[in-house]
Amino acid sequence: MTATVEPEVGKARRRKEDERLITGRTRWTDNIALPGMLHLAVLRSPLAHARITSIDPSAAKELPGVIAVYTAADLDPEGSIGMPCAWPVTPDMAAPRRPVLAAERVNFAGEGVAVVVARSAAEAHDALEAIEVDYDELPPVLDMEAALAEGAPLVHEELGSNKNAVWVFDSAGAGTGGDVEQALSSSEIVLKRRFRQQRLVPAFMEPRACVVDPTGPQLTLWSATQVPHILRVMAALTLGIPEHKLRVIAPDVGGGFGGKIAVLPEEMMALLIAGKLGKPVKWNESRSETMLAAHHGRDQIQDITVSANADGTLTGLKVELLANLGAYNGLVGPGVPILGAFMFNAIYKIPAYHFACTNVFTTTTLTDAYRGAGRPEATFAIERIIDELADELGMDPLELREKNWIRHEEFPYTTVAGLTYDSGNYEAATAKAKELFGYDALRREQAERRAANDPVQLGIGVSTFTEMCGLAPSRVLGSLDYGAGGWEYASLRMLPTGKVEVTTGASAHGQGHETAWSQIVADQLGVPFEDVEVLHGDTQSAHKGMDTYGSRSLVVGGIAIVKAAEKVVAKARPIAAHLLECAEDDLEFTGGRFVVKGTESATTIQDIALAVFAAHNLPDGVEPSLDSDATFDPENFSFPHGTHLCAAEVDTETGRVSLRSYVCVDDIGKVINPLIVEGQVHGGLAQGIAQALYEEAVHDESGTLTTGTFADYLLPSAADLPSFTTARTETPSTTNPLGAKGVGEAGTIASTPAVVNAVVDAVRQFGVDDIEMPLSPMRVWRAVQSGAASNDGGAQ
Amino acid sequence: MRITVTVDGSKYTDDVEPRMLLVHYLRERAGKVGTVVGCDTSNCGACTVHLDGHSVKSCSVLAVQADGCEVTTVEGLARDGRLHPVQQAFHDNHALQCGFCTPGMIMQSIDLLADNPDPDEQAIREGLEGNLCRCTGYQNIVRAVRDAADHMSPGAGPEAEQIKHVGVGGE
Ligand code: FES
Ligand code: FES
Repeated sequence: MTATVEPEVGKARRRKEDERLITGRTRWTDNIALPGMLHLAVLRSPLAHARITSIDPSAAKELPGVIAVYTAADLDPEGSIGMPCAWPVTPDMAAPRRPVLAAERVNFAGEGVAVVVARSAAEAHDALEAIEVDYDELPPVLDMEAALAEGAPLVHEELGSNKNAVWVFDSAGAGTGGDVEQALSSSEIVLKRRFRQQRLVPAFMEPRACVVDPTGPQLTLWSATQVPHILRVMAALTLGIPEHKLRVIAPDVGGGFGGKIAVLPEEMMALLIAGKLGKPVKWNESRSETMLAAHHGRDQIQDITVSANADGTLTGLKVELLANLGAYNGLVGPGVPILGAFMFNAIYKIPAYHFACTNVFTTTTLTDAYRGAGRPEATFAIERIIDELADELGMDPLELREKNWIRHEEFPYTTVAGLTYDSGNYEAATAKAKELFGYDALRREQAERRAANDPVQLGIGVSTFTEMCGLAPSRVLGSLDYGAGGWEYASLRMLPTGKVEVTTGASAHGQGHETAWSQIVADQLGVPFEDVEVLHGDTQSAHKGMDTYGSRSLVVGGIAIVKAAEKVVAKARPIAAHLLECAEDDLEFTGGRFVVKGTESATTIQDIALAVFAAHNLPDGVEPSLDSDATFDPENFSFPHGTHLCAAEVDTETGRVSLRSYVCVDDIGKVINPLIVEGQVHGGLAQGIAQALYEEAVHDESGTLTTGTFADYLLPSAADLPSFTTARTETPSTTNPLGAKGVGEAGTIASTPAVVNAVVDAVRQFGVDDIEMPLSPMRVWRAVQSGAASNDGGAQ
Repeated sequence: MRITVTVDGSKYTDDVEPRMLLVHYLRERAGKVGTVVGCDTSNCGACTVHLDGHSVKSCSVLAVQADGCEVTTVEGLARDGRLHPVQQAFHDNHALQCGFCTPGMIMQSIDLLADNPDPDEQAIREGLEGNLCRCTGYQNIVRAVRDAADHMSPGAGPEAEQIKHVGVGGE
């Protein structure tokens, strides 16, 4: 028995999850094999937009191993099943039904038109080719602006327009700030820019998959999903399956990044087919299918205007967005750009703000949440235009930021977008980043290289950011018309031997919850880290939850665990007092022990667990249980922030960009496990840098995805990325008892503008003031050439 | 066609279709589901195993080509209850998050170290070019490989032995 226990929170614990993952003893959905299991394969439309005139599956049905072929007419004869959208952003939002399989029309290349059931996956795939489908081709709708023009071909004719919804926030109207038009017309400088957020593929490494077993007492659905709990509710609502008859399991899940937040037509097909046949079925997609049919991210056109005084003080901000939703509303797709609405003002004090977003339907793959969802897009636009404004004013970009940011002593601070940032210290993060980066020395080197007309120029990219993490608060989500709450659930059970079973509604897919949650519980109860087991991703063990996305796991789910632990300690207290024969008030709980104040008399919570199991000697009226559950709904978001600095070398003769150094200082409040945090930051940086330099999902003019495999879609490898220098400052959040803020999206949000700002900075002397992402060598080279040409024959 | 393959030290004889890929043979016939499939264009490296001691993407090899060969998968690395030093280094350096790329990364890293026992950062990054990871940003993977190299260098102790036997497998 130790009196003082070293705290677990803050320790760089190696992960509990690793053992099964490094030895290959994993439970990926595709590893599940059940007796008599059949396999599904989906026939997907090769065309972006077409009328289906006939489908003939008869030849396919004759092939070896084929059990059945289903079309929409078989699976949904009434035509009444529609895939759910949980975020109707306005009361009049257009909500065309998204069928499980297309019946009369296909609206994007990749939409399912039929599904084969066969004994093996290979036989199912072979049979796809034998299904005859006749299409009447319709004009594709690809460009957002053209889609909104008068007389444009329509994705959904019945809607009469390709507009999904228009969502507006105005600070004058909301009472959170002034009138933007007045600010723009009365300011000394007004700068307007158009930025494009290219379409990206989340590219989790494990393709999507699901297995349905209808042979047990319940229907069991395993899925490579981020959202097992939401999936259960949505499947119940969509298909009318009684919720208590459906168990959803997310076993080991190989990455998500928002890309596995959707409720899938394939999951619904599998449930329907398993029910019809009474046999287990599996669907496992190929990478090419993932690229086509799993949702994409970003894809916005951003028109952003800032106004400022000549000294650099910001006076107004106006944002007009076009957001490409693809062919249908995704689960939260229409809300993604709205999340960004609250983040364009970023870390700055801006007195007037106007935001308007038009969501547009096109005949492309759906877009939906992708790492950061709305916030990376917003941060990109503001951080790019702040750099342009600094150039216009002849100011150092950091100096301009400093002039406008919210000062440490001004927190809590209510922004022009109406959010209250609880805490932050932009000064500290920036000072630390500057020092680690060697900012002044790099600026000197940059000047020297410019003066020497070095063919390889150096650019320095600055990006500061904050984001709203921890979605909840439920009442705020309600005010944004989000269809669910944002609370999180946990339960905690002390077992007779003193071990602890914890369940969490936040289902992990690489974030290390088993480790981090064990650390939290170990501290709360004063039990060894090893004595805690965390169960998640199964609606039977973790019986409710809101799952994992938007950096909410720790700041909502982690706090639910703290609350559950507090309840267990409270339950143990009268029992301890009874066993130690003292008054409850005389007890102190510390390091897992109840100690009678001022004496040696003590008992541990683990011993009490055994006493409760025996239940021989309990105080009157006390229930023999050391279990609890808790649901936590925070009162506010949390607001991590940071300063990222990037040094990029740009070969002006080839356009090649190489990142020389990357420094980020993130403030994510209290850290549970620094090892996990660092890993999350690295991964986020890689994804954000990839948006800046490499990745783009491209459709050709017929609407075919030309980047449909990893051979064409440039996911960076180890050889494409540098090593990062990461550091932290720690300004605890004041809105939760752990003081944590969330980290999953930080790296992605800040790194994209840092890299683009660095590259533009490197070639600015050629008259370049923007380059569209991804900054391929060709685009950079062209920018240098045209800039040089328009610059009276070039600066060289 | 009938093939005989030794997988992680155990001998398997099976009839396979000529078109069956080694990765499917390993997963579906040998039950080695620790080796996974991440793509259909041989770009991701998730399926990397050792064939007669050298790393291959098992989605680009036919099962029949492995006839008479020894295959080691991630499941055959740990011996006598001890992790392979590269597995240990991945754990120690937090070189995995979701873990889907990890079996392939570990198999590729072992091969890389067999070729070059003392690689610098650049050599590691280039040696892992064929294996994609979406979660880690690679930095900790690079660190893990370097850490494993230090542990496996001559004179570093009994772990150094293990690398020589890789490809022979054994459970
Ligand atoms: S599955 Fe073999 S390389 Fe991707
Ligand atoms: S750890 Fe998830 S893909 Fe590498």
